[in-house]
Amino acid sequence: MPIIAVRDLRKSFGAHEVLGGISLDVHVGEKVAIIGPSGSGKSTFLRCLNGIETPSAGTIRIDSTAAQPTDGSPVRPRADTGMVFQQFHLFPHMTAHANIALAPHRVLRLPRQNASDLADALLEKVGLADKRDALPAQLSGGQQQRIAIARALAMSPRVMLFDEVTSALDPELVHEVLQVMRALADEGMTMLIVTHEMRFAEEVASRVLFMDHGTVVEDGPPAQVLRSPESPRAKAFLHSVLW
Amino acid sequence: MDRLRYLLGGLGTTLQLLTCSLAMGIALGLILVLLRRSRIAPLRWAAVGYVELVRGIPLLVLLLFVYFGVQSIVGLRFRISEFWAAVSAFGICYGAYIAEVFRAGVESVPAGQTEAARALGLTPWQSMRFVILPQAIRNTLPALVNESVALLKDTSLATVIAIPEITQRARLEVARTYDTFGVWGSVAAIYLVLTLGLSVLSRSLERRQFGAHHRRPRLA
Repeated sequence: MPIIAVRDLRKSFGAHEVLGGISLDVHVGEKVAIIGPSGSGKSTFLRCLNGIETPSAGTIRIDSTAAQPTDGSPVRPRADTGMVFQQFHLFPHMTAHANIALAPHRVLRLPRQNASDLADALLEKVGLADKRDALPAQLSGGQQQRIAIARALAMSPRVMLFDEVTSALDPELVHEVLQVMRALADEGMTMLIVTHEMRFAEEVASRVLFMDHGTVVEDGPPAQVLRSPESPRAKAFLHSVLW
Repeated sequence: MDRLRYLLGGLGTTLQLLTCSLAMGIALGLILVLLRRSRIAPLRWAAVGYVELVRGIPLLVLLLFVYFGVQSIVGLRFRISEFWAAVSAFGICYGAYIAEVFRAGVESVPAGQTEAARALGLTPWQSMRFVILPQAIRNTLPALVNESVALLKDTSLATVIAIPEITQRARLEVARTYDTFGVWGSVAAIYLVLTLGLSVLSRSLERRQFGAHHRRPRLA
């Protein structure tokens, strides 16, 4: 029983089709890296999984929850997926601690004290216990992204979605974020990682998808997809990127 | 000196008009901006219609309508006090202006904030309350002070329904002394001092904007 089952997922913005029919099963504990040129629909795919975007057609089942509505009814973000964004999107008016504690308290209805303890534990986990009372503006990009990961983990998601989480970081800050993600992977978290970090994909992923023009072109183990891709488009892409 | 003391006797009423009308305007503005972002189309239309309607009516006309017009309908049994008639008219009018200020403030918060809030499972109302509004209101504080300056000056219109605020007292003083230049000059100076005070407040708020996010807020 896969934890994620996607069938013929399509998404169009007006006449522009961004996702042209994606079907995919992901099993518990898999780490799926999604690579591909920009505009290939990688981010839109993750955003559909999380419910930020409503699919135009197709079904998404995550951990056996009901399919995403496709009739235009209000989007219901999934509590069982945690999302981390390229631009962090931390709440700038709240401390690191409050950023993490907000959703467990308000959405999961944890008592304030429990939510606070949870936030402290997660701060510890991402190595930022000393930044508990700092505002996002006082933190480096890498620290902000680690807080953002902690904030997503606070909802105890079954699946973590990472959308180019290191692309907005200065090069010397990439490492600390990848380290947190590596630790999560080692704990057995199911992860979908849209990334341009080919080395990281090769090292951490159990499976790599290559997307182009809204479809999955290649799907296989890292060594195969990254080192000896079959399709000309994947070959051309992997040839042109630096890693 | 006696004259100044007499004129300033209206200061309290002027400031009461200002604070009550402002409170009503802010409350109304908040409601309107929430309606404006509602998922239910008729509520959005109502909010847009309200703003367009009210902005198209001169405040003086609105004030006369609320006081004399409405009074003539409800009859003599329910007497509307001059003060609350003025507060209602000012509140109705500035509610529309302040709604536009808040709307600009809400739209100034990046879309990623809403996405992050929704991705965490916050309801639209929760993301508005805990994530968007706190940032929006902070962004709009200087503009809000500017609206208060305009409102402060507009409270002088209340003289047409004989509320004893500063301008009304000036009219009485002129009737008594015929010193039009001296009285109106003094009144102008009083308003100027008040509005300058608010402007200074606005400036310092704007300056604090840059450091606004360095304040330590309470948990969630």
